[in-house]
Amino acid sequence: MTRHVVARTSEIPPGERKRFTIKGRPIAVFNLDNAFYGMLDRCPHQGGSLCAGVTTGLVISKEPGQYDYVRKGEFIRCPWHGWEFDIRTGQSYCDPERIRSKSYSVMAESGASVVAGPYVAETIPVAVEEDYIVVDV
Amino acid sequence: MDTIDCDIHPSVPSFQALLPYLPGHWGDVVVTRGMDELNSISYPPNSPLTARPDWRPSKGKPAASVEQVRAECLEPFGIGTGILNCLYGVQLLFSEDMAVAYARAVNDWVACEWLDKDDRLRASIVIPVQSVELAVEEIDRCAADKRFVQVLMLAGADMPLGKRHYWPIYAAAARHGLTVGIHAGSNYHNPSTAVGWPSYYTEDYVAQAQAFQTQLTSLICEGVFTRHPTLKIVMLESGWTWLPAHLWRLTKYWRGLRSEIPWVDRSPVEIVRTNIRFSLTPTDAPPRAEGLQRILDHLQSDEILLFSTDYPHNQFEGDDPWPAGISPELRRKIAVDNPRATYARLMETVA
Amino acid sequence: MNVDVRPQRATPVASKLAIADCDIHPAQRTPHDLDPWLPQQWRDHAAQYGAIRRLGMHRGPAYPKSQPDASRRDAYPPEGGRQGSSPSFMAKQHLDGNNVVLGILNPLASGEGVSNPDYSAALCRAVNHWQEEVWLAADSRLYGSIVVPYEHADVAAAEIDYWAGRGRFVQVMILSRTAEPLGNRRYWKMFAAAAAANLPVAVHAFGYGGSPITSSGWPSYYIEEMTGHAQSCQAGLSSMIVEGIFERFPALRVVMVEAGFAWAPSLAWRLDKVWKTLRAETLHLKQSPSDYMRNHVWWTTQPMEEPEPREHLLDTIEWMGWDRLLFATDYPHWDFDDPSQALPLRITEAQRRQFFLENACKLYGVDVP
Repeated sequence: MTRHVVARTSEIPPGERKRFTIKGRPIAVFNLDNAFYGMLDRCPHQGGSLCAGVTTGLVISKEPGQYDYVRKGEFIRCPWHGWEFDIRTGQSYCDPERIRSKSYSVMAESGASVVAGPYVAETIPVAVEEDYIVVDV
Repeated sequence: MDTIDCDIHPSVPSFQALLPYLPGHWGDVVVTRGMDELNSISYPPNSPLTARPDWRPSKGKPAASVEQVRAECLEPFGIGTGILNCLYGVQLLFSEDMAVAYARAVNDWVACEWLDKDDRLRASIVIPVQSVELAVEEIDRCAADKRFVQVLMLAGADMPLGKRHYWPIYAAAARHGLTVGIHAGSNYHNPSTAVGWPSYYTEDYVAQAQAFQTQLTSLICEGVFTRHPTLKIVMLESGWTWLPAHLWRLTKYWRGLRSEIPWVDRSPVEIVRTNIRFSLTPTDAPPRAEGLQRILDHLQSDEILLFSTDYPHNQFEGDDPWPAGISPELRRKIAVDNPRATYARLMETVA
Repeated sequence: MNVDVRPQRATPVASKLAIADCDIHPAQRTPHDLDPWLPQQWRDHAAQYGAIRRLGMHRGPAYPKSQPDASRRDAYPPEGGRQGSSPSFMAKQHLDGNNVVLGILNPLASGEGVSNPDYSAALCRAVNHWQEEVWLAADSRLYGSIVVPYEHADVAAAEIDYWAGRGRFVQVMILSRTAEPLGNRRYWKMFAAAAAANLPVAVHAFGYGGSPITSSGWPSYYIEEMTGHAQSCQAGLSSMIVEGIFERFPALRVVMVEAGFAWAPSLAWRLDKVWKTLRAETLHLKQSPSDYMRNHVWWTTQPMEEPEPREHLLDTIEWMGWDRLLFATDYPHWDFDDPSQALPLRITEAQRRQFFLENACKLYGVDVP
């Protein structure tokens, strides 16, 4: 991993995001209340550009007909199928880890290890140094 | 002999049989207005599907007496407990009050002419779904008799069954520990397919599977199981080999469209696993047994199927109601364990 | 760092597999796009009344979509206009980007399902011209679908006859939610014309027949409408089979578009079982329903079902036949299936080629470079 200075902090105002290509990988950087978060700009579902999606809050409910709207602006929705990802952690809100089956397995490419677990957008470490956004890729 | 048959159809021999149970002027109405039998086009009386040839008596209707059901179903198939789902077409009427009168009559007739005559029998409560309020009253009335184990509804209704309009029915069922059984058939207040009325009975019967698919979608998406986490709903005579493909589709959409129905906080696959069951017959099986084993694998749960013969409907030949490809261990689950786990009230009255 | 469930490759464009996309949706930039081919009478009618269908809302759906215009948010052309309205941007973002060598256009906002029968016919004619002159002329990878006023079978047959054998129209396209089930005799003249012209009929999900999306009335939610297209298409397909159109028109080929496909095997098994029991009702059928399905019906793949584990889908495809499926993305709609991600399964090269290209080439009679 190497550190890349990608932009000045002023280039991404609060609530905004920007896409960079670093080492051939598309990276989305989000500004949430002047804290910066990075994510691989490829939805883990089918690869849509998360940067092109809308930020929203989270609609949660314990009771049909009730809509509790929380954490406004903290989620990014994929511009394709609409999957919701926590910008800070990359965690998808629909967590298929809860779908347990006796034979849960994931198709692996040859040479790669089999992985199992929740659908998560790959987060990228982002730091701020003076007025610059620095990304670890 | 502890097999539980979750779908047996007693026939009302004729409305004469109901007259003793039709109070006040309703008995007169039948005669003075020249009412016909409440036979649904879901089961034209003489169609090959409505009864197996060897279950059609030379006189009278199939499955019209306890004796017929004993000799042709309970004994040959080793049934220890049979749940009666009477399909007399009460739901097809439009007058709420007439529907109440008929529903009560059918339920009283089932209790007296069937449940009283054989300890092995249990029944579903036929409800006047035309009025949700009156349906709840009928549920409350019949629930006092512990031999009623389920509320019966049809797969074709005025509106999708998950809609809040119907929720008092589910609340009443949950209150009494009754399951809700949704059975193939319709009140035909809507065209019987999503693209209008079919020309052939063949199409209508095939279309029942799609009716169940959309009801499953509705019940899940509207949050019936969020409101009633322990309610069990049983899909009766629905077919079930379509279930995995349907859940794959619904779940794919749910992952992205979740925020439209945020109270659905578990995958539809999980909800089916905990709350929804399917009777075995008919099994719309692939040509080979290995195919059925693949479908069972796709189901990813051995708790979903409940044994049924669907007697006297013509779904299988001979003495063996089991489709090929179901292991002895799974047969035991389907025939005994799963029904016992599903029908809470059953266990209160079964030895 | 968190990890993806499925390792993804960012595939360089040049090495991407050449594919067919059997469901692309071109859009008009403005309603006036059709003016060159619409008589003044209908231009006036459009301005005063608009296209009225068996839908309550004059514009926009009563089940609001999940994305604007039901499309990907990243598919807006840079020059402006709706997603899918720019031939050049579609070429760049999608045809080039995904190495689409055979793209079938399925225009949705056409005259199909418009209640006024003459307006319906005029719009369909205009949209077919628009396809030919704006889209097919712009890109040789694209092929057109003849849209027809299918609720009026005579007129639909005439529209098919007009375009058959002309240019790069490779099929007839109708919508699945019809006024009556598609096997009904009122539609037979249309199927006859398509069969005689050797054109497949694509039955695309959606439509304006006026029936609720379920056989038990109208559901509450958009997700139910979307899921419900599978049930609606099953009903239409059952009708086509049971009413005997494949027996009557042996040359007829049908493509089920944009309703997924995993429902097909269990429908075939159920149809066969019921057909056997009720045989006397349908003596006009000389083959089993599953045989008719096997010999006359194809499915586009989108939205592809996503079992977990994914390998279960291989069973489904085995049951249907690897030759039955036509890859599609549904570009630019939001429930787009990305060709590089949509089938993450170990399959043979031959299966991959069939699935992504060869089945389409064979069905549509197209040779690609």
